[in-house]
Amino acid sequence: MHELSVTENILSLASDHAQKSGATRVTAINLVIGQLSSIVDDSVQFYWDLISENTICAGSVLNFSRTPAVFRCLDCHHEFSLEARLSPCPSCGSLRNQLISGEEFYLDSIEIEK
Amino acid sequence: MSAIRVPVVEKIFSANDRMARLNYNRLQKDRVFSVNLMASPGAGKTSFILQTIKRLKGVHRVGVIEGDTAPVTIDADKIIQAGMPAVQINTGGDCHLDASMVSDGLDQLPLNELDLLIIENVGNLICPAAWDLGTDVKLLVSSVPEGDDKPYKYPNIYRGLDVLVINKIDLLPYIDFNMDYFRQGVEMLNPGLVTFPVSCKTGEGLDAWIDWLTSKVKEKKLH
Repeated sequence: MHELSVTENILSLASDHAQKSGATRVTAINLVIGQLSSIVDDSVQFYWDLISENTICAGSVLNFSRTPAVFRCLDCHHEFSLEARLSPCPSCGSLRNQLISGEEFYLDSIEIEK
Repeated sequence: MSAIRVPVVEKIFSANDRMARLNYNRLQKDRVFSVNLMASPGAGKTSFILQTIKRLKGVHRVGVIEGDTAPVTIDADKIIQAGMPAVQINTGGDCHLDASMVSDGLDQLPLNELDLLIIENVGNLICPAAWDLGTDVKLLVSSVPEGDDKPYKYPNIYRGLDVLVINKIDLLPYIDFNMDYFRQGVEMLNPGLVTFPVSCKTGEGLDAWIDWLTSKVKEKKLH
C-alpha cells in the first residue's frame, strides 16, 4: 500500500498552509476520505507520528472523516449506499448507477496556534 | 492560547496532479498519444505491449516506460529487443508509479520521434489507481485466470478506466469465469467502458484493439 507516500503528501500540504497562516504549531489535521479511497487510517497515523517529528506538525492529531459511497440510479433516481458488495439498484434493478460520493480524498482544514 | 481553524480543502494528491498536468503538456507538445497501462502481476502486461508493438511496427513509433519495484530490466530488455525505445524506472519498492517518476522517464525518451507512449505501471490493482500520470488514457489489462469477481473487489481501478482489456480469453473453456457477471460489475462502475477481450497467445481480438489504438494515435496527431 501507499500510505507512506500519502502521509508525506499530507505533511507537505499541511506544512505549507501552516506557514502561510503564520502558525507556530499545528494541533490537528482534518481529512475527508471517501469509503472507496483505499487508505488505512491506522497506517497513516503510524507514519504521521514518525515523519511529522521535528516539523511544525509534530504532535498534531489526525482526524479522519469518512464519507460513505453513495450511488444514484440513473433510471429511477433512487439513492443507495454501497453495502457489502457492489449491486444493482435495489429499487428497480438497473445497472446504470452514478457514484455521487465516496471518492473524496482531501485535506479539509488544519487547526493551528499562533 | 486557543487553536485557530484554517480551511484548506485541497486534494491530497494535488502535487502529483500538478506534475501529471506537466507530463500531459509535454506529450501534447509532441503529439504523442499516451497510455497508462495497469494490471495485477501476471495478467500479461508485457505480452500485451509486445503484441501491440509487433502490430504497429513500421506504422507507428512506440516508446515504453517500464515501472518495476525492483531493479530488474527483464521487461525493458524485451521491448528493446523488439526494436523500440524503452526506459526502466525502478520505484524503489513503491507499489505504483507517480507523475514525477514518469517525468524522469520522459527525460530519457526521444519524444519528438514518437507517436505512442505506453507506460507499464507496477503490477497492482490498488495503488496505481490513485496516482494520475498525465496520460491520455488509463487502461487495465485484466485476465481470465484472476477470476470474475475483480471489479467487485477492486472498484476504484475500474471506475477510473478509459479502456479495459480482458486477456487470456483462450483459457475460458478451462476456467470458471462467468463473463456476464464480470461485465455486469464493470458496467455498474464504468458504464459503456470500451472493452477488448483478447488473447495474446492466439492473437484473437487484437485487431480490434489495434484499430482503436491507431485511430486514437491519428486523432492525437490532428489536435
